[in-house]
Amino acid sequence: MEVMETSTNSPCLAALTCVLGDLSQADGSASFTHGNTSVLAATYGPCEVRMSKEILDQATVEVVCKPRVGLPNCADKYRERHIRDLFQATILVNLHPRSSVMIVLQERQDDGGLLATSINAACLALLDAGVSMKFLVAAVTALIDKDGNINLVPEEKPSDVEASASLTIVFNEKDLQVMGVTSSGKFSQEQYDRSVSLCRKATEHVFKFYRESMERKLSKSV
Amino acid sequence: MAAHMDRIVLPGDKISDLKESETSKKVVLGPGLRTETEDVYACKPGVLKFKEPNVYWIDTHQKRYVPVKGEHVIGIVTQKAGDIFRVDIGGSDQASLSYLSFEGSTKRNRPDVKVGDIVYSRLLVANKDMEPEVVCIDSHGRSSGMGVIRSGGFLFKTSLNLVRKMCNPQCVLMKSLGNKFPFEVMVGMNGRIWVKGRTNKETVALANAVCAAEHMTNPQIKAMCHRLADALAGFE
Repeated sequence: MEVMETSTNSPCLAALTCVLGDLSQADGSASFTHGNTSVLAATYGPCEVRMSKEILDQATVEVVCKPRVGLPNCADKYRERHIRDLFQATILVNLHPRSSVMIVLQERQDDGGLLATSINAACLALLDAGVSMKFLVAAVTALIDKDGNINLVPEEKPSDVEASASLTIVFNEKDLQVMGVTSSGKFSQEQYDRSVSLCRKATEHVFKFYRESMERKLSKSV
Repeated sequence: MAAHMDRIVLPGDKISDLKESETSKKVVLGPGLRTETEDVYACKPGVLKFKEPNVYWIDTHQKRYVPVKGEHVIGIVTQKAGDIFRVDIGGSDQASLSYLSFEGSTKRNRPDVKVGDIVYSRLLVANKDMEPEVVCIDSHGRSSGMGVIRSGGFLFKTSLNLVRKMCNPQCVLMKSLGNKFPFEVMVGMNGRIWVKGRTNKETVALANAVCAAEHMTNPQIKAMCHRLADALAGFE
C-alpha cells in the first residue's frame, strides 16, 4: 500500500491536505481535505459495465456520492450528476469503449464547499489510478455576502454566514477556462465576474497542490 | 531534449521540443501521450521517458490492467463455454481462450482445463473495440512455458509498475533472490505474480519479498534478499 500525505497553505484558500492510495483494493484513491471539509474518493476502472449502462463508443462514467450517515438524498444525487457530467468531459472516454470508470465519493465532514472538495478529491483519485484524462480540473467555492464581499475562506460554517449567494466554479488546468458553475442565490454580473477571477487565482493553488502530491507519490516509486 | 528526461507530467501538460528522428523527421509516441491538432499532450500522470532516437512514453503507476497485444498475462479460468474458456485477466473484459490453443491439443484430444485454474498465456487480440483473446502457444505451436499451472505455489496481485520493474533487465530482484534459494516464478504483465518455493514458508517469504521490493532501489533489494535468506535459514 502506498500512502502519501501532502499539505499546503495558501493565502487565499483554507489548508489543503491529501493522502493518496489510502485504499488497497481500489484502483486509485485519495482522501482530500480542504479546511474542515473532507472527502474520501475511490476510483475503479476501466472495468466491466452493466449491460444497461453500456455505451458502444465510450466509457461510462459512474459517480456515487455517499453521505456521512443514512441514504443518499436529492442533494447527493445532484452532486453525483454534476460530477459525472464534469468527468465525462474530462476523462478520455473514447479510449475505453464498453467499460466503466467508477468514482465513489464518501463524505467525511462537511463544513461548506462539499461539491468543490468532492470534485478535487475525485480528480486526485483519478490521478492516483492513472486514468487517461484530457486535462486536470479543480473547483473552488466563493461566497458572496449581502454587502457584496466575496469570500473563499469562510471563517464560520457557510450556512451560518449570511451569504446572499454561493458559486462553485470548476476550471481546467490547460487554459484556466471555466468548465462549470453551480450557483445558488442572487448575484450581479459584476459579482460573478469578480468571483470567477478570484476563484481562478485560487484554483492555481489547487493545481499546484495536485502537482506536489503527484510528484511526491511518483518520486517514491523508483 | 535532456530537459524532458524523467520529468513528472500530469494530464494536459503540453510537451514541446520533441526530438525527432534525423532521417524520417518523425517522433514515436508511446503510452500516455496523445496529439491534439499539432501539439503533443500528456494524458496520464507519470514520468516522461525518452529513448534514442525518437521514442517517448510515460511511465505511470497504476493498478488496473489494460490489455496490450503480445503481452504475457496470468489469467484465471472462470467459465467453460463450449469451445472456449472465459479467462479473467484483470482487464475491463474477460478474455477468451480456445481449447485448440494449447500445445498438442486437437479436436479429439481436449486439454484438461477446469474452472478456477491459473493459465499463463499470451494476448493474441487486444483491441479496445474487441474482446481480448489469449493463447497458450507460440507461433510454432509450442507451449514455451505457457499453459495451465497446477503445481501449487501462490498467486498474488501487485501494481503494474512492480511487474514492469521486475521485468527490467537492470532490476536485481530476481537475480538476488535466485542466488539465495531456488524457486519458480511466473510474472504476468497484468500485475499477477505466481511464485513457488521449495516449502510453503519459502513461498510466503518470496511473495512478501516481491511486494516489499516495489519502492526499493537495487542496493536496498540486495540487502533485503540477504536479510530474507538469513531469516529463512534461522538466523535472526
